Amino acid sequence: MTKSGFVIANLFRKRTRTILTLLSVIMAFLLFGLLQSINSMFNAGADFVGATRLITQARVSFTTALPISMLPKLEAVPGVARVAYWQWFGGVWQENTQLIVFAADPLRQRDVYPEYLMPDEQWQGFAKIRTSMIAGKQMADQYGWKVGEKIPISSNIYPQKNGSKSWVFDLVGIFDGKDDDAKKRTNQAFINYDYFDEANQFGKGRTNFFILKLTDSNQAAAVSKTVDAMFENSPDETKTQTEKDFNVGFVKQIGDIGLIVRWILFAVFFTLLLVVGNTMAQSVRERIPELAVLKTLGFSDGSVLGFVFAEAFALCLFGGLVGLGLATFAGAAVTKGTGNQFPVYVDVRVWLIGIAAIVLMSLAVGLLPALRAQRLKIVDALAGR
Amino acid sequence: MLRQALAITGLNIRSIPERWAPSLVIVIGLAGVVAVFCALLAMAAGFTDTLKATGRDDAAIIMRGGSDAELNSGLDRTQTDIIEEAPGIAAGADGKPEASAEVMVIAELVRKDDKNSGANITVRGVEPTAFTLRPKLKIVNGRNFTPGLRELIVGSGVLRQFQGAEIGKVLRMRGSDWTVVGEFESGDAHESELLTDINVARTTFQRTGSSSVLAALDGAGGFEKLKSALAADPRVNVDVVRERDYFSGQTKQFRQTIGLLAGIVTIIMALGAIFAALNSMYAAVAARGKEIATLRAIGFGGLPVLVSVMIESLLLALVGGILGALFAYVFFNNLSVSTLGQNFTQVVFSFKVTPQLVIEGLIIAVTIGMVGGLLPAIRAARLPVTTGLREL
Amino acid sequence: MSEPMVAVRNVTKVYQRGQQKVEVLHGLTLEIPKGDFVALMGPSGSGKTTLLNLIGGLDQPTAGEVLVGGKRIDKLPSGELAHWRAHNVGFVFQFYNLMPVLTAEGNVELPLLLTKLTAAQRKKNAAVALQVVGLADRAKHKPRELSGGQEQRVAIARALVSDPQLLVCDEPTGDLDRKTADEILGLLQVLNREHGKTIVIVTHDPKAAEFARRTLHLEKGQLLEQAA
Repeated sequence: MTKSGFVIANLFRKRTRTILTLLSVIMAFLLFGLLQSINSMFNAGADFVGATRLITQARVSFTTALPISMLPKLEAVPGVARVAYWQWFGGVWQENTQLIVFAADPLRQRDVYPEYLMPDEQWQGFAKIRTSMIAGKQMADQYGWKVGEKIPISSNIYPQKNGSKSWVFDLVGIFDGKDDDAKKRTNQAFINYDYFDEANQFGKGRTNFFILKLTDSNQAAAVSKTVDAMFENSPDETKTQTEKDFNVGFVKQIGDIGLIVRWILFAVFFTLLLVVGNTMAQSVRERIPELAVLKTLGFSDGSVLGFVFAEAFALCLFGGLVGLGLATFAGAAVTKGTGNQFPVYVDVRVWLIGIAAIVLMSLAVGLLPALRAQRLKIVDALAGR
Repeated sequence: MLRQALAITGLNIRSIPERWAPSLVIVIGLAGVVAVFCALLAMAAGFTDTLKATGRDDAAIIMRGGSDAELNSGLDRTQTDIIEEAPGIAAGADGKPEASAEVMVIAELVRKDDKNSGANITVRGVEPTAFTLRPKLKIVNGRNFTPGLRELIVGSGVLRQFQGAEIGKVLRMRGSDWTVVGEFESGDAHESELLTDINVARTTFQRTGSSSVLAALDGAGGFEKLKSALAADPRVNVDVVRERDYFSGQTKQFRQTIGLLAGIVTIIMALGAIFAALNSMYAAVAARGKEIATLRAIGFGGLPVLVSVMIESLLLALVGGILGALFAYVFFNNLSVSTLGQNFTQVVFSFKVTPQLVIEGLIIAVTIGMVGGLLPAIRAARLPVTTGLREL
Repeated sequence: MSEPMVAVRNVTKVYQRGQQKVEVLHGLTLEIPKGDFVALMGPSGSGKTTLLNLIGGLDQPTAGEVLVGGKRIDKLPSGELAHWRAHNVGFVFQFYNLMPVLTAEGNVELPLLLTKLTAAQRKKNAAVALQVVGLADRAKHKPRELSGGQEQRVAIARALVSDPQLLVCDEPTGDLDRKTADEILGLLQVLNREHGKTIVIVTHDPKAAEFARRTLHLEKGQLLEQAA
């Protein structure tokens, strides 16, 4: 028997009550983990620090395309190592599954995205075979594509010159990501830009995005300014930002997700506070004489406070950790199940915030009961007053 | 049996104030579940309402074949003319076909609530027939734009959510200046747009044709006539969609996303609420073990005891549910928001806490109350009379 | 003569009950020598529990001095008093003695958590204490599995486990039947005669006088003359 053993034993005096309270805590933190990961993803800090790539799009909206003829001007900007470009294809798989497919220049793509891992022969194949495409591992796995197969993908924007919206591509390579972040982005595919530009009915040498690889990440802010200044007041005004800013900007257009998530979490934790607080208060109220006996044995007022507080903390900690764990699994399941359409990653950041929430919650629910235990007078408690 | 149950229920309820803390837990827990449920789905309801209200059954939108949104569609001048002259289109008051070629351009405005955040808004260049085709559209402030000038009228939805488009303001688009001269209301998705003269839009933005053509249909058979005529014409490759169907179809993605989110959140919260309710009801039964045993000893049956506990749980849950729905209504109903629409431009809409949502929320509350009350109720009914009395 | 185990000098205790002040003990003086076994008796409200609480360091007098083992405990700050209690006195109450969530063995070990003993040492000492009270075979049982008498034995073992000089008991047999009460009183007597513990009990039980060495009577907060 130890002090912690004693604390845990006391937690389970009323087993049903403790288990039900624990389950409520677990549910709350399950929801917290899922929502907070969505929130984090959307509100990730925007900054230029560590940015090795910039994205240049038409100023007003990336739905407007820029002319390929801008390429040499972009390459000439000091600080730019290499430029790749992406044209949104509007890919559709089978009936109506939207795919992320871009028309790109193969070798430029390889150079600007070194975190995509693919054998060089496959990059060369992508460059040489005009009707070729490469797909990310996630996408290939999801639809069961194998290298060497012909993949039929239609476009909801670009018909071929013969008017048909159906296209067929040779899958010459599958790329994986070198780390977690890169692996998350293997849900995309690329087709050969030259072929696409020539074969589509509206081929006009335009592209939605230029991706600028920087020689030095400290140059990010300077290069952005230079590029945008270069095209200001021209018919093709640009907006250049880091990839992170681009993502954040896009999500902001969907709505103030952060606000919604905050409101829900507020409701959830407010209720949880009541549930657990009530349990702790009841538990202490029932035990006043026992706590008095502890004091007669020589436990100080402070240690009795410590016992009660430790109980509250143990309850919140166990429930919180299990809840966060479940959230991690659930998030992975949702991500996989929706083919990365709803990527929910319960990562380190979320866990850290979760643990902070656990500590705060313990304080909130444990403080008053613990103080009550600390302050009780032995003689009054034993006499039933 | 019912009389017994009601009698016991009366006793139960009168003792609630002594047990106010655990009872409050149920009420607040359920208020939270219902409030969140109603608020989230009010978003889906509002978005759907706005889009569904847009468009007429007796008008059609014609776009380039295979494009599911105006953004992806582009028709050249020849095609546009062919479409406007096609059979199946009703004739306007002046005898000409009641059709409006429309050019879609994207502009950028700054949000009112987040000054650092810009968003894309649709600017629609239209022909004069656009106004007869959209009878719900009314100018409420200022005046309509003058054809031939770079003037805009702005939808009231845009003014609610974004700044920089008020009457008198000048918008800079692609190096040209445009003045806002009036505000319009239309009660639908077009309130998220700015309108201008198509010809000025064409010359300024170097477009020759249109993004789409909106046309009034000529009678019941007009749709089929228009569709087959255009399908048969080898010079054009277009899709013909009833205007209302086009806009309703755009709600699917949003409804699915919100539906998924609301579903997951509500289920998890509901589970949490069930556990909390179980806890409270078990505590209630335990606290009144003596009373219940005494009642049983007197002669009240087990079933009335069970029913009375269930009723108490249901009542608390219902009170919580009503509070939650009320909260959602007071704080969220008609709250204006905007999100990304099909064309990657903003659609402004309002939360709509509908009666149907409130009822669904209350049903959820009652269900949770039942599940949370059942096991404790069974325990109360089964409590051996002697055990309970021994506690005396 | 060596100093007494317990010395109470001119002690007064006043309680605040709402608006009223109630004086429960009036200038009481008494001495308990080492190795004594005293039964404190008297009608309800006589102040005997209050006196016991002062002797045991559960409460402090409004005026006067209380010395136990030569040490003044009447003015100790509460933290020090708690520490003092842990090493110098053992308590047995009428109700609520044991933690329902711990086994008999766990209950007896509880005071030892306040010492620097290792877990193994704690377990050993607890086993010894349980042996002394004759309950070694019930070590793993929870209080709800024990009879009233057995629970009190465990309480006594717990009171002994830190080897205090003074044992203080408030109505230890109040909730027990005659036979069991006698067993408990007999155990206390053994602890007094064979282990040299000084014992003070507050009791209504007339038979307790037969087991104790001395009986003191309290009435209205004052000591009556002592019987031999």
